[in-house]
Amino acid sequence: MSATPSPHLPPPPPPPPPPHTAATPSDRPRPRSNADLFVSFTLIALQGFGGVLAVIQREMVERKRWLTNEEFVEDWSVAQIMPGPNVCNLAMMLGARHFGLRGAMSALAGLLALPLVLVLTLALLYARFSAMPEVQGALRGMAAVAAGLIFAAGLRMAAALGRNVLPLAWCLAIAATGFVLLAWVRAPLAAVLFPLGGLGCVLAWRRLRP
Amino acid sequence: MSAPVLLLDWHDWLDLFAHFLMLSLMSLGGAISTTSEMQRYLVERQGWLSHAQFSDSVALAQASPGPNVLFVALLGWHVGMNAGSITAALSGVVISMVGIMLPSTIFTYQVAQWAHRNAGLRAVRAFKQGMAPLVIAMLLSTAWLLASRGGGQPDHWPLWLLTLATCIVIWRTRLHLLWMLGLGALLGALGVV
Repeated sequence: MSATPSPHLPPPPPPPPPPHTAATPSDRPRPRSNADLFVSFTLIALQGFGGVLAVIQREMVERKRWLTNEEFVEDWSVAQIMPGPNVCNLAMMLGARHFGLRGAMSALAGLLALPLVLVLTLALLYARFSAMPEVQGALRGMAAVAAGLIFAAGLRMAAALGRNVLPLAWCLAIAATGFVLLAWVRAPLAAVLFPLGGLGCVLAWRRLRP
Repeated sequence: MSAPVLLLDWHDWLDLFAHFLMLSLMSLGGAISTTSEMQRYLVERQGWLSHAQFSDSVALAQASPGPNVLFVALLGWHVGMNAGSITAALSGVVISMVGIMLPSTIFTYQVAQWAHRNAGLRAVRAFKQGMAPLVIAMLLSTAWLLASRGGGQPDHWPLWLLTLATCIVIWRTRLHLLWMLGLGALLGALGVV
């Protein structure tokens, strides 16, 4: 009566390495479906006046809690360094992690579809009202606020540097040098990215020595 | 400074598409980093957009909700409008957006999937940890450049004050971002800043 097990069963695949060294409880919040991804990223995009990056950090880390601040900074590093719009890259990475290619496309479509319709509508309206000083003033005020939002997102993300493998002083030195070169000296991105980013990676590589 | 009137054939659209495909893979740090190259191509070399149309496209995408990359859709829209029809404008949107998104999306998707499967590798961990300080510096300098461009008057102190106040409020409190954006629009419309 005993069923003979097939002798040619392939060996089970090795378990994938843990994606993150920190404890990741299984009950932590995560997107439920492709539709959830689409709707979530549409709502995030609709709050993102002056760019989405200020909103996305708050939503992902503090409201939805799909990512911790440290995971967010790591994912953001990849999203920002890869070619393409960084919030689109981040949405795509997050969608892919949970639902593969379909998840990536759902998140990306959520981020772009409705805002695209809105921006074209706005362009049609703007052609008629651009001469009004109130409209010009409102755009100016919103741009100043948008800059402040991005500053705040950067400062919140900087809190994650305290748990970086690099000592905090090194992190701050690299960040300060990068800021001065990019914002004040106006050095080209590639001229800053490769030497300074490379330095950070080499230092981190040495600190991670097993 | 008025908008040019264009006669575009399929060859021109193909040229636009190919150019944006190429820019896509050069857009390290976001599409905004290729803005000056797009301006050189669309305004100075091809003459498809006026200077005002170009800078209005960037400003409108900033003011509108959604990713800033949508300024690329507006560039395509305005090229099509200069060619004379809504149909051409919509084709311009599709051609420019697909062009700027497709190569970078495929590339980043592949790299991100590989990095996620190999998240335990020392090289992957070193990259993510080692890049973090510079990535934060890139974010802060984006904010700095945005703030210093405000209204075209770098020394206009009320705008700086508004930026600073927003930063402190959003950094230290849980107030919703839209309240600050509404306040900024109101102060601007009333001429306070």
